[in-house]
Amino acid sequence: MKDKTVNLKGGLGQLTIPIIAVALLVIFNLIRDPGFFSISITHNNYGNAVLAGNLISIINGASELAILAIGMTLVTAATKGQDISVGAAAAIAGSVFVKVLKSGAEISGGTVILAFICSCCVAMIFGAFNGTLVAVFNIQPMIATLILYTCGRSIAYWINGGATPTVTSPIINAIGSFAPGIPIPMPVIIVIIVTILFKLLFHFTSLELLTQSVGINQSAARLNGINTTFIKLLSFILLGVCVSVAGIIGVSRLGLINHETLLLDVEMDAILAVAIGGNSLGGGKFKISGSIIGAYVIQMLTITLYAMKVSSTDVKAYKAIVIVLLVVIGSPVVKERFAKLMKQRKKLAKGGEAA
Amino acid sequence: MNDKMNKKKEPLTDTQLLMTITICIFIVMYVLAMLLLKGGFLHAQQIFDLLNDNASLIIVSCGLTVVMIGGGIDISVGAVTSLVVMSCILYLNKGGNVIFAALLALLIGLAFGLVHGLLISYLEIQPFIVTLAGMFFARGMTTILSVNPQKVDHAGFEALRNTKIEIPWLGYVAKNGNLVPARMELGVVIAFICVIVIFLILMFHRLGRNFYAMGGNQQSALMLGINVKRTRFLSYIISGILSGISGFVLMMHTGAGNATNAAGMEMNAIASSIIGGTLLTGGVGNVAGTFFGTMTLTTIKKIVVSSGLKDPWWQSITTGGMLCFFILLQSIVLGRRQKKKQA
Amino acid sequence: MQEECLLKLRGIGKRFPGVRALHNVDFTLRKGEIHALMGENGAGKSTLIKILTGVYQMDEGSVEVDGKAVNIHSPQDAQNNGISTVYQEITLCPNLTVAENMFIGREGGAWVNQKEYRKRADEQLQNLNIPARSSQQLGSCSLAVQQMVAIARAVDMQCKVLILDEPTSSLDDKEVNMLFSLMRDLKKKGVGIIFVTHFLEQVYEVSDRITVLRNGQLVGEYPTSELPQVQLVAKMMGKTLDELSALEDTGSRVEATGEVFYKAEGLSSEETNPFDFSIRKGEVNGLTGLLGSGRSESVRAIFGADKVTAGKVNINGKEAKISKPIDAMKNGIGYLAEDRKRDGIIADLSVRENIILALQVMNGFFKPISRSESEAFADEYIKALKIKTASTETPVGSLSGGNQQKVILARWLLTHPDYLILDEPTRGIDVGTKLEIQKLVLQLAKDGVSVTFISSEVEEMLRTCSRLIVMRDRHIVGELKGNDLNQAQVMKTIAGGEAE
Repeated sequence: MKDKTVNLKGGLGQLTIPIIAVALLVIFNLIRDPGFFSISITHNNYGNAVLAGNLISIINGASELAILAIGMTLVTAATKGQDISVGAAAAIAGSVFVKVLKSGAEISGGTVILAFICSCCVAMIFGAFNGTLVAVFNIQPMIATLILYTCGRSIAYWINGGATPTVTSPIINAIGSFAPGIPIPMPVIIVIIVTILFKLLFHFTSLELLTQSVGINQSAARLNGINTTFIKLLSFILLGVCVSVAGIIGVSRLGLINHETLLLDVEMDAILAVAIGGNSLGGGKFKISGSIIGAYVIQMLTITLYAMKVSSTDVKAYKAIVIVLLVVIGSPVVKERFAKLMKQRKKLAKGGEAA
Repeated sequence: MNDKMNKKKEPLTDTQLLMTITICIFIVMYVLAMLLLKGGFLHAQQIFDLLNDNASLIIVSCGLTVVMIGGGIDISVGAVTSLVVMSCILYLNKGGNVIFAALLALLIGLAFGLVHGLLISYLEIQPFIVTLAGMFFARGMTTILSVNPQKVDHAGFEALRNTKIEIPWLGYVAKNGNLVPARMELGVVIAFICVIVIFLILMFHRLGRNFYAMGGNQQSALMLGINVKRTRFLSYIISGILSGISGFVLMMHTGAGNATNAAGMEMNAIASSIIGGTLLTGGVGNVAGTFFGTMTLTTIKKIVVSSGLKDPWWQSITTGGMLCFFILLQSIVLGRRQKKKQA
Repeated sequence: MQEECLLKLRGIGKRFPGVRALHNVDFTLRKGEIHALMGENGAGKSTLIKILTGVYQMDEGSVEVDGKAVNIHSPQDAQNNGISTVYQEITLCPNLTVAENMFIGREGGAWVNQKEYRKRADEQLQNLNIPARSSQQLGSCSLAVQQMVAIARAVDMQCKVLILDEPTSSLDDKEVNMLFSLMRDLKKKGVGIIFVTHFLEQVYEVSDRITVLRNGQLVGEYPTSELPQVQLVAKMMGKTLDELSALEDTGSRVEATGEVFYKAEGLSSEETNPFDFSIRKGEVNGLTGLLGSGRSESVRAIFGADKVTAGKVNINGKEAKISKPIDAMKNGIGYLAEDRKRDGIIADLSVRENIILALQVMNGFFKPISRSESEAFADEYIKALKIKTASTETPVGSLSGGNQQKVILARWLLTHPDYLILDEPTRGIDVGTKLEIQKLVLQLAKDGVSVTFISSEVEEMLRTCSRLIVMRDRHIVGELKGNDLNQAQVMKTIAGGEAE
């Protein structure tokens, strides 16, 4: 019993910042516009009854980010570094997806699955490339993935043959927005599926313990028989799967692949989501749930700013201010100072009473 | 054993070794380009063109190298450069003074460095996150200032911008028989001054050596009596100021600015530093190496274009390939060294 | 005349969340004396040192240097007050040159005169007889030389108080003697030296005075000549002499006669020369030799921790191939590594996770140990080994050194090994735990487990091992059994031809 309360406290400790952030954003929005989070049912172009509202667009819009954040958390934990090539890799995965779709005469369920598998494989290969540089050659992740960051979008452009091809199909449309008969956006359902898959992975394998061990003390992990190279490589390959899924959602939303703009700057947001989720960017212990909440915090912030009529290009500046505020509140130094201040106040109050 | 070692010449330090590799590869690459591609590569102007185009990149790379030697990272440099360009243009177009514009550039850079340094060293927040926020802020501010492209319309500035240093003896005789002297922009001079000043600080100033010590082992640096917090703070200040200077130099080069100015410059700067032999883990690196790193990076792009690979994707694919080559090479060379030491 | 006070600490107190690390501690250092600071782990030695060097701030008490009250808020303050420290772990920068490491952080002007530094550094290095060159990159020197450079730095700073925190733990005998003569030189020059070490003989060899701490409190200050070694141990442990001698008697080693469990012929790794080695079931054998003799490297080769290059290995009579740790583990071998912090604990993970780690790895990737199961395991071993921890979920990094070592022992015991290799299991932990570990080793042997025991304290090995393998310069130079197992014989074999 006693242990459990300790655990709860420990768990909340890491999730304090993301939860406070969500709470602040919710309160702020409710004050600004009490109807901000209202959900309505509308009918889309295809005549399906679907849910609509700011809350839905926040949860829907953060889908790609949330999926990437899951993979990024693993890579961060195992390698003490981040993959900055996820946006570029997603562009490649998306391009492969479209290329395979276009190679057939018509787009059926089968071709979509085939395209998904191809795209997934390619993303995993690029993940393995990054992973090999990191795990075998001992290069810091950020440097290793800088290579793919530099040339990934060009490779995507090359795959597309110098164009931005479009795909039109009800199936693709369903992946990107709503499937007939289901009022919840498809990307949200995909996030739930991916999350469940990862939870199952953690439940049926010892990945979590091994990854944390490698991230905290590689040398000790090796001497306990852990194949550290494999664990690091695996984290990058799993991130590859996430990248491919995110890329496909991105492509399906627009019905086209644009190597320049698909998931632009998403790597920064994904890393940010990991950090806001209370995970140390220095690796080691991690919580997937934190990163997912982090992703929604970022998206909620963006949507809030849009709702306040901030133009999409200017959003970054405001986002930066909020990020800084969040990390300053979360900074150990500030926490310590604050605790000291409170103590002094208490002492002063007591002193006053005594007098 | 020791006597034997004493007779041998001192082996290169890691920093010197990596820098030497870069310089050698740059020279080999350039000579090969001269022999195989000929064309522009035979003229000295080619090098000056590279310098003219990349003066601002050289300057930010220097700042980044300083931060990286200290064991940190600053990914805001490109965005700050862009913000400086935009602010200075708007200020000049309102009838401002060139000197004040330069001061404005420095001030903006300093402000970013100040905030980054405070948050990173005194509040102990991860540098990646802080400078990422700085990058977002600078990019956002740039578009808030102006979404539309702006062009400088200021007589005094135009005069400064058109001032070029001509070096006749490095020129060549054109087809019509006229001597075309080699031309160098003022920005290049500023870049050289920055490189030299930072080089001197890193090599011979107490602060510079403290950067190395801090990057080599932070805990040790503290124990050795170095004020680590202040040292780290100053590294971000230097990077900030250099970003400011870089913005002004970029404006002198382009005379115009838009929201996507200097896009991707931070990653180019990181790549330059790495190719130049700076390790992200800190403690190893040198701005002279960084200078050659930038030149290597930009030369390869030029070579790709000159050798007829006209498709737009080849430039960055070869850049990526080359980055991969350098990163692997460094990893192997340093790995071997460590093994040798243990044996 | 020598009674002049150099450093005076009075009523020092320091609290950490939940722990009172120091309480009302007094300490006095006189001019030109070597003063040993003794105590078990967790006694407060390192906290006291860290307060003196400005890493921690004290909560109460006063510090006087040369009769003047001083406030030490940072390592710089300490330096300015003439207090220099040389730590067990090298606290220099491996990427800088030797000369720079000696002068950085204390330069006068803004600009650095490298030439001048090199000259001065070379003079000082020669003066102290340190085999390093000033222009060498520090990272290319051996650990022992790096340590000496640290001392050279302190000496060059004309320090009044020199704190040596476990300076000898990575030095071999020759280097220790060099260090001691250096310490005596400094003593003559009037420097006060605070000497912290776990090696009792060394304390008696050089120190003039001993201060003992226990549980964060002062036990007392004694002139070395008036405090016999046994009494010192008793004071450190807070136990009476009778209790101690009762513990000593546990050394009832038994010669094993079972069949051979592990046998290696011509085994070599990247770090060792080829060697033969074997151990019987239920046997406790030991590898001894000076630091750098190859004893750790040999067991690392047995466990597959370093890349194995050649050799034939038989386990239980069957040929086995061990090229990485997991192979060894699958063959029933466990290995407690020499460097607990670097190769042992996963600091941020809980005690529970640390205990189940090796078993989990052996079970395989797809067979995770459930939460309830792992809690049961953890509880069992916390009880069995008397691990002092708040709960199973406490991060192992927050435990004391001895308890961390017990957690790692628990980790290997949980895998039920047939053969356990213990490399310096007792280094840097308190005397009580040391004895517990020795008892455990003997108990394991009784249960039929083979154990290889490595320790730099020969008495400890004599107490537990029935066979000692002596190494010198990466070769096995002798094997001692039965009546030959005594300190004199061991020393003679270690010293080898040089002694004759």
